[in-house]
Amino acid sequence: MSSHDEAAAVHHVHRDDVGARMGMWLFLFTEVLLFGGMFLVYAVYRYQNPDQFRAAALELNTGIGTLNTIILLTSSLTMALSIAAIQKGNRFLSVVMLDVTLLFALLFMVNKYFEWSTKFAHGIYPGSKELLGRPNGQILFYGLYYVMTGLHALHIIIGVVIILFMLVQVMKKKITSDNHVKLENAGLYWHLVDLIWIFLFPLFYLIQ
Amino acid sequence: MEHTSKQKHPGYLTYVFVWLALLAFTSITVTVAGVSLGKYTLFIALAIAAIKSALVINIFMHIKFEEKIFKVFLALSGMTLLIIFVLTFFDFLFR
Repeated sequence: MSSHDEAAAVHHVHRDDVGARMGMWLFLFTEVLLFGGMFLVYAVYRYQNPDQFRAAALELNTGIGTLNTIILLTSSLTMALSIAAIQKGNRFLSVVMLDVTLLFALLFMVNKYFEWSTKFAHGIYPGSKELLGRPNGQILFYGLYYVMTGLHALHIIIGVVIILFMLVQVMKKKITSDNHVKLENAGLYWHLVDLIWIFLFPLFYLIQ
Repeated sequence: MEHTSKQKHPGYLTYVFVWLALLAFTSITVTVAGVSLGKYTLFIALAIAAIKSALVINIFMHIKFEEKIFKVFLALSGMTLLIIFVLTFFDFLFR
């Protein structure tokens, strides 16, 4: 421990930042296994129905998928910048960056809304007549598409709530340059959501 | 190493450069998907996704600057996932 930390220990009787981050990472590993199981199902079914997966994937909007990829990558950048800012003691920049991150998260969900509602309008949703009339491979593709991108979108929503919570804490000076492990852990969660999208994007939108 | 419990984190510019690299890889993966490369298409897409993940995990998620035990845990969970995939496909392909 450095002398800097000992000075902080006067105010914080018991604090273990490394332990807090490790706890977050352990949670993230369970998330990786949750999505990993779904990717496994995807892998097996795609191996079984390569042509049907390709046919179904061609109907997805690659433009929206690419746009959402750029949005999420940029929101990861602003999250990282927010943490860097609070570490340097720049509370204003940290707050601004969190606001921008929230804005990008919202944009992502707006795109998702338009993407899904277009699919619904075409009658493509789980259990729809249009979809059930198609070959098995396409039903499986769209089932996985809705479950995996849906669970991912749920993570975005949870992320928004967490970031809002952190935003308030930064503004109230509960998160400071000296004590910011909470914001770091929120960042870890947000980056994981980005990480999962990095794999979802080519596997669903870029099949040729 | 230079850090104990206090991490040494990169400055703003490093994050911006990593972000630019991530965008570059995204444009590569979208472009490559438009070119017909047969069975290599999936392999290339996954390779690029892996490179992007490495950038996010190492720099954005600070794993590069963490203590060694974090890297051990990460490797362990990655290997677990890999083993699950390999074993499942062994079962599936040679059934």
